[in-house]
Amino acid sequence: MQPAIEQIRQGRMKRRRRYVGMTLLLTIIAVVLSGLMLMLGNTIYPIQDVIRVLLGEDVKGATFAVEVLRLPRMLAGVFAGAAFGAAGTIFQTMLRNPLANPNVIGITTGSSAAAVFCIVVLQSSEAVISIASIIGGLVTVLVIYFLSKGAAFSIGRLVLVGIGIQAMLTAVINYLLLISRQNDVAMAMRWLTGSLNGAKLEELPPLMITVLICLPIVLLLTRQLEMLELGEMAATGLGINTNQTRLLLIVAAVFMLALATATTGPIAFIAFLAGPIAKRLVGTSHAGILPAALVGIILVLAADLVGQFAFTARYPVGVITGIIGAPYLLYLLIRMNQKGDF
Amino acid sequence: MMQTQIKQMHTPKHFPLLLIGTLVLTVLCILASLAFGSRTVGWNELLDGLFRPAVQSYEADIVRERVIRTIFSFMCGAALGVAGALMQSVTRNPIADPSILGVNTGAALAVVIGIAFFNISTASAFIWFALVGALLTAIFVFGIGSLGRGGATPLKLVLAGAATSAALSSLVMALMIPRSNVMDQFRFWQVGSVGAGNLDSIYTFLPFLLIGLMIAVVTAPSLNALALGEEMAKSLGVRTGTLKLTASFAGVILCGAATALAGPIGFIGLLAPHLIRLVLGPDQRYLMPMSAFAGAIILTFSDVIGRLLGSPGELEVGIVTAFIGAPILILLTMKVKVRGL
Repeated sequence: MQPAIEQIRQGRMKRRRRYVGMTLLLTIIAVVLSGLMLMLGNTIYPIQDVIRVLLGEDVKGATFAVEVLRLPRMLAGVFAGAAFGAAGTIFQTMLRNPLANPNVIGITTGSSAAAVFCIVVLQSSEAVISIASIIGGLVTVLVIYFLSKGAAFSIGRLVLVGIGIQAMLTAVINYLLLISRQNDVAMAMRWLTGSLNGAKLEELPPLMITVLICLPIVLLLTRQLEMLELGEMAATGLGINTNQTRLLLIVAAVFMLALATATTGPIAFIAFLAGPIAKRLVGTSHAGILPAALVGIILVLAADLVGQFAFTARYPVGVITGIIGAPYLLYLLIRMNQKGDF
Repeated sequence: MMQTQIKQMHTPKHFPLLLIGTLVLTVLCILASLAFGSRTVGWNELLDGLFRPAVQSYEADIVRERVIRTIFSFMCGAALGVAGALMQSVTRNPIADPSILGVNTGAALAVVIGIAFFNISTASAFIWFALVGALLTAIFVFGIGSLGRGGATPLKLVLAGAATSAALSSLVMALMIPRSNVMDQFRFWQVGSVGAGNLDSIYTFLPFLLIGLMIAVVTAPSLNALALGEEMAKSLGVRTGTLKLTASFAGVILCGAATALAGPIGFIGLLAPHLIRLVLGPDQRYLMPMSAFAGAIILTFSDVIGRLLGSPGELEVGIVTAFIGAPILILLTMKVKVRGL
């Protein structure tokens, strides 16, 4: 009897250590990448200069480049990455299927469409755009949910309905981009694939505040999310108010998604990739919202650095993540097909 | 109510009625397409433009311009409608449509590669590139979608299509960003419009359309057998492998050619066959030709709607069809047992 308990405890300790160790490692990588985002550019500034600028000192040349150009870009990447990563993994865990993520089922497209409509047609202020993108995301979730409920709820139907909704919303975005007089390429890129280009410091607070409020909330709900993953009955049996928890998680996730989308556009596949990658790194015993958020940050920053500096042309981050992410989705499909998971 | 529905499903007895209806609609939509637009043309000018080449007036010229546009949109619609019907019956899958399966994006990528690296600019060059792209993508998507148990279920196919589409469109972006001239050409092509059609594109399109339609009509009886199931079809003497290959080839030719010339126009291939099936039932021999008409009519009407809504400019037809088509897709998913089929 005793050795068995000991074994279980050791196993738990081991998983715990792996989780903590990996989370620390991911944090370090994210910090390093954030530093690189500030250091690299047309001129490369050493880390001392960057730190001095951040502490408020005036360094010749570096102040403008770091504070005005690179800092907003880095912050947008960090917060959007965290938002996409966390929200993606929440949906994937709650619906118990890696395919059921905001990219595939079209929630981010809902936010994009609302934001583009506000910008192009109403020419509204930042605040209105943020609110509209939240409403767009929430409405899309509701519509998809009710349309796919039917007699028997199935993830398959949810995904198919989502793809249909997405086709419509993409048509809306395409149309709005065509009629807008300010239809420059950068804007189209931002709203179709996501880009950190042109991030401005004064546009960031809504996203930052939302992530700083919502991320702790969902982190506190991690245990409940893990129980939800066991299924409705099990979760209720374990004393979870499933409806309330689910509602809270969905609202928090959609808020983060919507504001991240309103700020950077729907960066392709981050919400889809972050969860599964984090799971593989920290093991499957935890829901791993924090690791997923960190992986989201790392993916966005790394892809943006690659997009900026690896080629002769500068690519927006969404193009890079799309090229990386889509093959992974295909790989996942092939594996699921072989296992017969559908 | 129920009984009549079942009858409709099994006998195409509504065929004469449908034929008359189709002809009336065809005439109506041709007239609408000629008359409406950013400038509405009256009856007399319409006749001037069509039958009195001596008359030179602004309105008459508009009508003559619109004739080409109308013919072109009829051809595209027919091609897309039949392509959808073929893909649906080959995969025995109600949600197959070139746009949903990512075949359009494959054609798009090939066209962009052509513009960027081979400096192509003529309709005939576009078509060959698009065909190769569409063919490769179709093979790829079907390959991935039919892995594993149960073959190509709607869900697997759609997801494989969506993923492939996402990957390919990222590549399209990656190719375009450093090349602003390609971007300019591509941006308007990407929305899907029949406005760019001219005589040249009609002549280029024609052989592909005819070959595709011919294959569709010829293979229709065997496709009927295939609908009973692979085993059954084999025991009825159908070579299912060859049949599937030929029919999908025709489907890809049709949608590839239409996509090359008009840009990716979604959902016609989904809508047209389903509408016809609703009235006539699943007999492929009637379904194929009638889907061609249905596709042509839907596309042309969508184009007219787009021109009226977007006036004084136009709302590209690809946007209109997405709006009509996506709800139908959702409706279908709600009715179909997703696991099944």
